Amino acid sequence: MRDVAVVGVGLHKWGELWDKSLRDVFVEPALAAIDNAGVDHIDSMVVGCMSGGLFAGQEHLGSLLADYLGQAGIPASRVESACASGGLAFRTAFMEVASGMSDIVLAGGVEKMTDVSGDGATYALATAADQEYEVFNGATFPGLYALMAVAHMHKYGTTRDMLTAVAVKNHNNGSMNPYAQYPFKTTKQEVEESVMVASPLRIMDCSPITDGGAAVILTTVDIAKKLKKPIIKVIGSGHATDSIALHSREDMTTLRATTLAAERAFKMAGKTIKDIEFAEVHDCFTIAEIVVTESLGIFPAGKGGEAALRGETGLDGKFPINTSGGLKSKGHPVGATGIGQIIELVKQLSGVAENGRQLKKTPKIGLAQNMGGSGGSTLVHILEVI
Amino acid sequence: MFPARAHREYPHRYRLEAGQCKKCGKVVFPRRLICPVCGHREFGKVILPDTGKLVSYSVIRVAPSQFTDEAPYAIGIAELTNGVKLMAQVADCDVDNIKVGMDIRIEFRRIQTDGHHGVLSYGYKFVPKWY
Ligand SMILES: [Zn+2]
Repeated sequence: MRDVAVVGVGLHKWGELWDKSLRDVFVEPALAAIDNAGVDHIDSMVVGCMSGGLFAGQEHLGSLLADYLGQAGIPASRVESACASGGLAFRTAFMEVASGMSDIVLAGGVEKMTDVSGDGATYALATAADQEYEVFNGATFPGLYALMAVAHMHKYGTTRDMLTAVAVKNHNNGSMNPYAQYPFKTTKQEVEESVMVASPLRIMDCSPITDGGAAVILTTVDIAKKLKKPIIKVIGSGHATDSIALHSREDMTTLRATTLAAERAFKMAGKTIKDIEFAEVHDCFTIAEIVVTESLGIFPAGKGGEAALRGETGLDGKFPINTSGGLKSKGHPVGATGIGQIIELVKQLSGVAENGRQLKKTPKIGLAQNMGGSGGSTLVHILEVI
Repeated sequence: MFPARAHREYPHRYRLEAGQCKKCGKVVFPRRLICPVCGHREFGKVILPDTGKLVSYSVIRVAPSQFTDEAPYAIGIAELTNGVKLMAQVADCDVDNIKVGMDIRIEFRRIQTDGHHGVLSYGYKFVPKWY
């Protein structure tokens, strides 16, 4: 396997982008990534998108987006793993460069979610759950994570305060991110008085509906050196699956696919969780951040909520989580989210995170965890400055 | 809801038919072609028990369009007396008084209707046992 580095990143502001189409939302950050990398061509591209079909009536995205990126002719694929589609695109591009099949590959993600009504978006997102045995019976995504939350509260004594701490912390971080959909701070009172969606989860426990795209350029470490770029190497990549139906799992207070994907990424990197300085994790709901930090082994099972409440996951904490603002504040354009996480790792590792959210001691090694549905798929990547 | 899609689920939804692995005894609901525990491919037919305990629940207040008339409604995951877990609505109860550990039984109910002319979909819901 060849050593692979990220040499360019591209992001445009996420939000409700009514004057931009699916193509615009992808092409803008993709061009920015190519410019940022300073490469004169790309050999291939992989785009993560959960549901161009249901959100925008458009499939066949590999070809469409390559064409609008001015790259008609190159091999281009769209990959899907629900909300982990972006992470999967990154892994697919990583494997393509590592294997020697291509030298310079663009990994992108996109979702255009506001061309349908709120109900249409709920329907499209729900296709990531078990249609016949969850959605048929009235489950929604907030509902499934609420089932996880109630089970976690019952087993470990996790509290409302702990969920609130995650939302307040992520909005604080996101208030310093110029690309965030909701770059504002929030308070305990605002979170706890926000409208109930699926008890115990309130609207301020939920990530939003977002239009957004993101792209990065991957190449070999040898080519990266010639580009005279700081070398941000992909040292670990892990991918795992689980049942997509929550009730089919032995224990719904942990995320087995996250644990498995992390084990695989750590094995490839020759590292353990103790070597990781910060992480971007998939906080589609506040409870998700708590369970993910436990499943990754950052905190023991049942202790993730207390750690959040004590501020250990804040910018000045001992293990900063979601310095970008997370899905909660930055937005969650599902197919783009996994690439957005990688971009935050690259910024922090390069010491260029905007507006005061840069970690004081520029980190050397970070981890991104991106998951699909209620945890039925997970991608974990570890990046290191060399 | 296309009629064939509804029809093929009737054995599960109407009669709680499950598969039991002929080698290791694992009960799978819905049916599968290969046992997730031991890899065996022959199953016998068993009927799920109709009682169990709630292991989690949530009250849905923002509902998808086919359920908006019913909101707020509760969903839950119950572990049946044979260890199989299912997700369903929790019906006939005060949604503010549902608790983890509550005894439930399974009843056959209407789940959703497809407008005025579409398929009426039936299936199972949980009902508190004392009801
Ligand atoms: Zn078996």
